[in-house]
Amino acid sequence: MHMADALISPVVGGAMWAATAGVAAYSIKKVQSDIDQKKVPLMGVMGAFIFAAQMINFSIPGTGSSGHLGGGLILAILLGPYAGFLTMASILTIQALFFADGGLLALGANIFNLGFFTCFLAYPLIYKKIIGREFSAKRIMIASMVSAIVGLQLGAFGVVLETVLSGKTELPFKAFVLLMQPIHLAIGIVEGLVTAAVVSFVWRARPEILKKVSLNQPFGNLSIKKVMIGLAVMAVFTGAVLSWFASSHPDGLEWSMFKASGREELESSDRAHEKLVALQEKTAFLPDYGFKASRNEAQTEEQSEKWPAVSGGSTVSGLVGGSMTLLLTAFMGFVINMKNKTGKKT
Amino acid sequence: MSHHITEAKELFYSYPDGHRAVNGISFCIHHGESVGIIGANGAGKSTLLMLLNGILTPFQGDVIIGEVKLNKSTLNMIRQRLGMVFQDPDDQLFMTTVYDDVAFGPRNLKIDEPQVERRVLSALEQVGIAHLKDRAPFHLSAGEKRAAAIATVLSMSPDILFLDEPTSSLDPKSRRRLMNILKGFEHTKIITSHDLDMVLELCSRVIVLKNGQVIADGPAKDILTNKKMMEEAGLEVPLSLQKCPVCGKTKPDADFR
Amino acid sequence: MSNIVNAIYNIRQFDELARQDSFIHRLHPLAKLLATLVYTVVLVSYDKYAIIALLPFLFFPVFVAAAGRIPAGPVLKRLLYVEPMIICVGLLNPLFDRGITIILGHAVSSGWLIFISIVIKGSLAVTSALLLIATTGMDGIALSLRELKVPKIFVLQLMLTYRYISVLLEEAARTLQAYSLRAFDTKGIKRVVWGPLLGQILLRTLDRAQRIYEAMCLRGFMGEYHIGQEPRPKPGDIMYVMGWGTFFAASRAVNLPLWLGNLLTGALK
Repeated sequence: MHMADALISPVVGGAMWAATAGVAAYSIKKVQSDIDQKKVPLMGVMGAFIFAAQMINFSIPGTGSSGHLGGGLILAILLGPYAGFLTMASILTIQALFFADGGLLALGANIFNLGFFTCFLAYPLIYKKIIGREFSAKRIMIASMVSAIVGLQLGAFGVVLETVLSGKTELPFKAFVLLMQPIHLAIGIVEGLVTAAVVSFVWRARPEILKKVSLNQPFGNLSIKKVMIGLAVMAVFTGAVLSWFASSHPDGLEWSMFKASGREELESSDRAHEKLVALQEKTAFLPDYGFKASRNEAQTEEQSEKWPAVSGGSTVSGLVGGSMTLLLTAFMGFVINMKNKTGKKT
Repeated sequence: MSHHITEAKELFYSYPDGHRAVNGISFCIHHGESVGIIGANGAGKSTLLMLLNGILTPFQGDVIIGEVKLNKSTLNMIRQRLGMVFQDPDDQLFMTTVYDDVAFGPRNLKIDEPQVERRVLSALEQVGIAHLKDRAPFHLSAGEKRAAAIATVLSMSPDILFLDEPTSSLDPKSRRRLMNILKGFEHTKIITSHDLDMVLELCSRVIVLKNGQVIADGPAKDILTNKKMMEEAGLEVPLSLQKCPVCGKTKPDADFR
Repeated sequence: MSNIVNAIYNIRQFDELARQDSFIHRLHPLAKLLATLVYTVVLVSYDKYAIIALLPFLFFPVFVAAAGRIPAGPVLKRLLYVEPMIICVGLLNPLFDRGITIILGHAVSSGWLIFISIVIKGSLAVTSALLLIATTGMDGIALSLRELKVPKIFVLQLMLTYRYISVLLEEAARTLQAYSLRAFDTKGIKRVVWGPLLGQILLRTLDRAQRIYEAMCLRGFMGEYHIGQEPRPKPGDIMYVMGWGTFFAASRAVNLPLWLGNLLTGALK
């Protein structure tokens, strides 16, 4: 589920980075004010634990294939939502840097997709509600399953939105959704099962750990109201971005989902839209989005308008210039290598 | 410091599961003494160390260091005078370079950086790994990690050194190197170990624990050669004093220093 | 098991590369981070059909690798590992984009152009990120984050995670080895054992966290993380970022290969 830089655009990447940074800053403040100083080494080592746990393959009975733990949910259960989110952020950062698992620009989006939905939505609103005040094998299983599935579905949907809004691929929204959601349903089930297995074990072996953690988090701080407000803000933001597209490509936006509910938000965000258009014209850095929702074969004639963008690379000069560029790059690399070698001798 | 006496006064401690780990321990260790705390597994050695360090708080009794009673308000001040070397050096080397680990303590004392550098380099010299200062901990061998862990504590200039099983998992050469390093320290040394031969060489005094109580406290020579006492404690006489495995003869009255 | 061993080796390899000395290594970490970020942002700002225009972006990774004395092996190995995923998503495009372009007299589905564009962008982005870590290391990244005013507590936590990854991976490897010696299933861990296997490692991890916390407290940790003096950026570092920034901006504004090609073909005529 990690997004690569090739699929994301600067605008979407930047926006997701801003969102992640905001959540992270708030989380850091919350963790710092936590009386339990032990949190920092605990977060560090738990991050390493999840990293290692992700390398272990669990065989899924009945399918002959295997899966592994994602970790967002378990981190939230053992560390609480704020520490869990930050720990997930560290894991993803190291994965992006050392393993190229997800790009640097897309890192903000990845942390949001894999951390926010599990720690701040699935965990408090689903897991905690189902567990209630008492643990039992049944409740652990149901709570883990439902929250894992929902958390991952939301994350997967996040990936779809971010990819489609970036416009670096020609994948239509509907097809992409139909591809992503079922796959992540399966992944969510595995996540739920593994999470339940580990939590059950801890509950049987050392119940005081879970009791202590659940007592330590007076989630009364983050009331349902605030979560709803947060969601509403997110929805408005998404609507603003979509409205920008709507006005530049009036024929392209055919999302049945947003038809009814989106209208009010579209109207209310006109000012934001104007500002974005002005910004786009100023920087000229933002790409000209070719945003297409669902495709009809009959629309191939409209395609011909796109050709000027492609023709730059298909002429002879383009190819000649391209080859020259490659040769120059290789030459430069060669020269530096030589210089390094002679430098070593002296 | 003029005189720092480490004193345990009627210490009692039980773990959350009810296990009585320390059941009335008292002793008094003077400045510069080298004391070995020995006993079978589960006798209470590690728990005792944690009580002396303030990591655990006794139910009953007091820990008095340098005539200051250990409690919540004096904890931080007293900890500056103590150095604890853990059994697993990975627990103690938590930074990404040896230098940063050794500097961690002094930096927390808000000492200025040039002074920190002096302390770090001096500590590394003392344990002989100055050349490893910029290495990552996962690049070190077990013996080097042990030395680094000791350095992290030395840089704080403690008066008293606690060492929990310092020679465990070391190969013979590293073990010998470590013993030589420890011999050269003038600090008060309190060492828990199963390595009775090391205790025999390094410590002048031995405290034997069994079931959370002190069953013997005296000169190392006397206790470690006392076969009956060792067996009662669930231990054996040090290997260097036993029958020679090759020729079968017992060592005659050997001199121990 | 082999993926655990690979992961440990990978981390150590890049950590060692980062501790070498070269012109690039001596630059301030923040300069390298900024240069890489600007590079990535400009690179992905190209539209989905850009191919020839992207080629000047090869300069940056080739320069860094050569001047930083980073061998191609480790970087390419990692790149090949993640390439399949980029290719998979890229391959979907020819399916959905049924438009046609004419190149040199041949009709080519423009979905393929998107595919090539994605592969180029993806590979360059991945390579630049790997080169960043190979010349900067986790310590450098941590330093850059602190310079960017990221709260020190988070940076400390990030460094702790990094520090203990190899310890935990080795523990996981040992546990798996013990399991596999008594189980004869190669497909993965059996359902019954999921909980206890991962749970045992987890409990040991929690105990370790406790001990690390105690070790930190015994050395005076009281919630704040103090660092020594940090190296200040030098004029050379600033010039490095500015230089590359200018080059990237110029490449973005003008299709350099096309311009070069026009020049050459014009000269030939």
